[in-house]
Amino acid sequence: MLLTITTTHQPATDLGYLLHKNPARLQSLDIAAGQAHLFYPEATPERCTVALLLDIDPVALVRSHRGPAGEGFALEQYVNDRPYVASSFLSTALSKAFNTAMNGTCKDRPELPDTLLPLEATVAVMPAANAEQLQRLFSPLGYEVTTEAHALDPTVPEWGDSRYFTLRLRHAALRLQDLLSHLYVLIPVLDNDKHYWVNASEAEKLLHRGAAWLPQHPDREFITRRYLRNLAQYVNPTLERLLEGDEPLSEESSDFDSLETANPSGAEATHNLGQPAAREKQSLHDIRLDRVAEEIRRLGAKRVLDLGCGEGKLVRRLLAIPHVEHVLGMDVSHRELQRAQDRLHVAEMPPRQRERLTLTQGSLLYHDPRLNGYDAAAVVEVIEHLDESRLAAFEQVVFARAQPGAVLVTTPNADYNQRYETLSAGQFRHTDHRFEWTQAQFREWAAGVAERNGYRVRVEALGPEVAEVGAPSQLAVFER
Amino acid sequence: MLIGTSGAGKSTFARRLFRSSEIVSSDQCRELVADDENDQSATPDAFALLHYLVGLRLKRGLLTVVDATNVQPEARKTLVQLARDYHVLPTAIILDVPDRVAEDRNRVRAERMHIGRHVIPQQRQQLRRSLKTLKAEGFRHIYHLRGTEEIDAVQSVVRDPLYNNRKHDTGPFDIIGDVHGCYDELVQLLTKLGYSVEAEPMADVRDLGVRVQAPAGRRALFLGDLVDRGPASPQVLRLVMRMVQDGTALCVPGNHDIKLLRHLGGKQVNDKHGFAETLQQLAGESDTFKNQVRQFLDGLVSHYVLDGGKLVVAHAGLREDMQGRGSGAVRAFALFGETTGEIDEFGLPVRYNWASEYRGRAMVVYGHTPVPEPEWLNNTIDIDTGCVFGGRLTALRYPERELVTVPAAQVYCEPVRPLSVVSSQVPVAGNGISSQKNELATGNSQLSTQLTAQQQHDDLLDIRDVTGKQIIRTRLLPSVTIREENGVAALEVMSRFALNPKWLLYLPPTMSPSETSALPDLLEHPAEAFDYFRRQDVQRVVCEEKHMGSRVVVVLAKDEDAARRRFGVVGEGPGKCYTRTGRNFFNDTVLETAFLARLQEALTTAGFWEKFSTDWLCLDAELLPWSAKAQELIKNQYAAVAAAATAALPVAAGVLAQAATRNLDGIEALLARTTARQAAAEHYAEAYRRYCWPVESVADLRLAPFHLLATEGRTYFDKDHAWHMETLRALCLADEGLLRATPYRVVNLADITDVEAATQWWTDLTAAGGEGMVVKPYDFIPAGRKHLVQPALKCRGREYLRIIYGPDYLLPGNLERLRERAVKTKRNLALREFALGVEGLERFVAGAPLREVHQCVFGVLALESEAIDPRL
Repeated sequence: MLLTITTTHQPATDLGYLLHKNPARLQSLDIAAGQAHLFYPEATPERCTVALLLDIDPVALVRSHRGPAGEGFALEQYVNDRPYVASSFLSTALSKAFNTAMNGTCKDRPELPDTLLPLEATVAVMPAANAEQLQRLFSPLGYEVTTEAHALDPTVPEWGDSRYFTLRLRHAALRLQDLLSHLYVLIPVLDNDKHYWVNASEAEKLLHRGAAWLPQHPDREFITRRYLRNLAQYVNPTLERLLEGDEPLSEESSDFDSLETANPSGAEATHNLGQPAAREKQSLHDIRLDRVAEEIRRLGAKRVLDLGCGEGKLVRRLLAIPHVEHVLGMDVSHRELQRAQDRLHVAEMPPRQRERLTLTQGSLLYHDPRLNGYDAAAVVEVIEHLDESRLAAFEQVVFARAQPGAVLVTTPNADYNQRYETLSAGQFRHTDHRFEWTQAQFREWAAGVAERNGYRVRVEALGPEVAEVGAPSQLAVFER
Repeated sequence: MLIGTSGAGKSTFARRLFRSSEIVSSDQCRELVADDENDQSATPDAFALLHYLVGLRLKRGLLTVVDATNVQPEARKTLVQLARDYHVLPTAIILDVPDRVAEDRNRVRAERMHIGRHVIPQQRQQLRRSLKTLKAEGFRHIYHLRGTEEIDAVQSVVRDPLYNNRKHDTGPFDIIGDVHGCYDELVQLLTKLGYSVEAEPMADVRDLGVRVQAPAGRRALFLGDLVDRGPASPQVLRLVMRMVQDGTALCVPGNHDIKLLRHLGGKQVNDKHGFAETLQQLAGESDTFKNQVRQFLDGLVSHYVLDGGKLVVAHAGLREDMQGRGSGAVRAFALFGETTGEIDEFGLPVRYNWASEYRGRAMVVYGHTPVPEPEWLNNTIDIDTGCVFGGRLTALRYPERELVTVPAAQVYCEPVRPLSVVSSQVPVAGNGISSQKNELATGNSQLSTQLTAQQQHDDLLDIRDVTGKQIIRTRLLPSVTIREENGVAALEVMSRFALNPKWLLYLPPTMSPSETSALPDLLEHPAEAFDYFRRQDVQRVVCEEKHMGSRVVVVLAKDEDAARRRFGVVGEGPGKCYTRTGRNFFNDTVLETAFLARLQEALTTAGFWEKFSTDWLCLDAELLPWSAKAQELIKNQYAAVAAAATAALPVAAGVLAQAATRNLDGIEALLARTTARQAAAEHYAEAYRRYCWPVESVADLRLAPFHLLATEGRTYFDKDHAWHMETLRALCLADEGLLRATPYRVVNLADITDVEAATQWWTDLTAAGGEGMVVKPYDFIPAGRKHLVQPALKCRGREYLRIIYGPDYLLPGNLERLRERAVKTKRNLALREFALGVEGLERFVAGAPLREVHQCVFGVLALESEAIDPRL
């Protein structure tokens, strides 16, 4: 919320000309949900500092819907760090307050914008994953970076540091325009949030402000992705334009992930089997779904249930099987179902295809007669999201009551977890997993279910197998 | 069904004698589907609509008059089938007028000019042919009105209720299961129930030789199967017939009784299943007696609907859609129940357990299938305890729901299927046929057999009971509507995060704050809460200190065995402590076990179990510290905001101070504002820190109970809040390390000193950083009011509200804007949730099936998904 820029260029007061702002006056301008104040705490020929102080109004933030949406924690709309941190609000204020300087124009002193100045900038405070992230983003641009960490709560030392830093950047010789562009782009990248809707013009802004330095920045892909909120439709063309004439675009930058905060819940995502990480996730889930679809094909099932269908990746595969006459995709999350509707373009499906598909909300813990009369049910990566004590109800609903001809259940193989470097012992691959079973545990459960409900069962490894620990996932095929 | 040619005057007749809503006319349907009541091309669609409308009305049991020609047998056949489907009796009214009359009438109606000359004679010919077959087609009553005079002479239609309708009869009853000729046991049972049975000299051949004196106001109600197998069927008949004659008993027939009736009517019946004994016993009886028996049995009605529809009795039970209806299928069901068509290993038909799917509001008491122990299932109970097989003879006292039994003196007949085997045929959750599959499915057959039939049934709830628009009747509000979209949200929360629903007896309602205070520097103040209750005509309130922790409901049994008995839960410990959304409070089972054990100990020390004659309880409480559950939230949200603010603001203030030395216009004001924000951030950090302390073990937890919600057999919504406070204070004394009694005061709202003292108390509490207080009406549910009163209002302190409204909420300009808040929606929601919560718990203590409790709990959760300002 506070940015100061200091120069010791002689005379330092040239800063006022460069910024086109009079050092003798406090100036205030309206920005989204608040005000930006611009003033000079010191303005001598030896040393001149300009300060940009943001006063974000928390009440206006809520009323203009520019603050956090408060999903998961309703009060977040009202109690949040937006008024105190450097964020996209600061970037917008920068471009508004220092428009001419950012564009490198200075009517009175046309030579000044291209003059290399000794510059110092302070941001209080800057959110970042860690101090190293600040170093990685600013050092390649020639800055000497100093960071001051702040405790989450000084009275509770065991909570450690917060994600807020006081950031100081020092550069011996730099155009002011460049400093402003760096800050303009990198502040929202570090904060990883934007108070406005990102659209195509955002890519233009990035290309404009980053043209001079971004293509050479080692973390350009990370910066681009973050800046464009990971929206593939903007990120990819932008990267291509940025790197025009340069080396070909790599699939995934390995630096990309190491810059992110360590996220144990994304174990499968960051797991590296000698392949780029995100691709591995894709392929493991695809292996699962392909295997299940193949099994449905083998079974010759005509009416198929996809229980816990999520956004419909398996549904799509099932609809492609000629002998499948009807698919009922069910999920407990209404939002996931909406996503499935969109992804599968249900509204635009031709009537014949539309008739083959039903998407509906439902729960695997309540008896549901709509599930009766199916040839097969796929339950892919679902059971581990149920409390173990609720599995008896799940068993009743699917095996004892709905009684599909075949049931395909997949779940992670806990034996394999030791292969994930980011997982510590006993930790699960996903924060919502209530359990992860070893191969023996899964076999035992499957055998019990089969016996109690009159099914035969076969359990197999799912995914590339590794000696000792097996494959990442496992599949049980129950048949009546 | 009106039958008559076009122009016979059917519509006029119908309009004259029935309500317009009772008439479904083919002409009208034709007009509805085609804009023209004479468009013959629309006939198929018109009749599809007619049949649909008739079906909907019959489903609801409403009298329906079909106004169509109905002269063709195939037209009538569909309608008669509809009547059968909905178990109502079809009646034919034939309007038989000469062709000329009909033709004349049609001629004056312009729209019927097109009807050909041949049409009416043809219809009349069809009608004439029909007259002979109507009876065989299934019409129970046929009225043939010949000529316009007879038709016009009909002044009114008398509607006779069905014989089975005894809704006016409220009991009380002593409902007695299958007697099967066990006279001695019957006399013993009647005596035990307070009846006196005396022999009476027989002066006339028609005298039955026995007289029964009933206890005041009570009547016996026999479930049939009076005869066969046992030693004294004629005596049993004598006694029951006499009681029915005297009006001291009602009786419905059993399949064995009907078999006897068939025999007495001269039909050939086989002498298996104990009929041979009856024949033998009847051999010495007079023809007069046999004749009396025949008349008696012939007059029995298949089932009764009693006590305003709250009680249904039938020999083999009755599905909801058949109750109070009349058809051959209803009678057959009442006598024989439902079978799957399969034959079991003893050569007996496998019974389909209709009770496992029963959802009706009426209690159904039945017999027919011997069970070792009568068990409630979905508000139905089979009380045939196989007396004749050496079991017992059982009566159910209604409305007390008490079971009274006498043992059989001996085994009079060896059952084909041993009684113990019968026990495993008791209905359960599964497909309603046999429990065996389900026992296995729970993974532990030994444990699951310890569960009652209802508990096993409750292992699985039905999605149809919670999804879609739900309208829940409650004691406190006539109906609470749960919108479908709210149910959608609740289904996800319930499925993904909530505990086993068997633990979820109650979810607390949301609580509204008092109206916004107009005082400077404050958003909330007790004055507004007191005003609210004054406006509601509440004279006394209770002010309770509000603990800032996590709201929890504690459901706890004395031991795991009691938990199994009362909650039907096996292997999940003796109790649970759950949050407002039904989630387990504890993630750490070690801590959970220790906490529950310590609470059990405290209850034992306090003598709670004995004092309330219970082995379980349900508490509404606050569990402290707040950080125990909300640690992540506090770190990621509250502490983070404080960290950002306290790191950024001093730097800003420093820069501003430096600028101030340059005498720039406006800097001073900005500096003052920034310094104020810096102070606000510090206060904010202090505010949340008060409610955080590390939890390493149970010793760091504090439970502050404030409502004793329920124990075995009762709730405590009838007790005032002072009682709750004192009762729980006594409990808290048993373990002051774990339990925290809530400081409170009773305030007489008319007494200014009381009010001032309470206000001062609040001021002191909140000045010291306390969250504030909750103001409740003295009575839990204030009586004698038109509207439900808010069960509680909160008045939160100035410091505490920093956590809710953000660090800067008290800064100039902010508070004014924040005052614009509306509590109305929140209050409305609080009342609906309160009504649902009370209803659910009352249903639970009354022993209702889980789905009825769950419906209320699910409803509260669904209502919580309404969009409401979370700061309220």
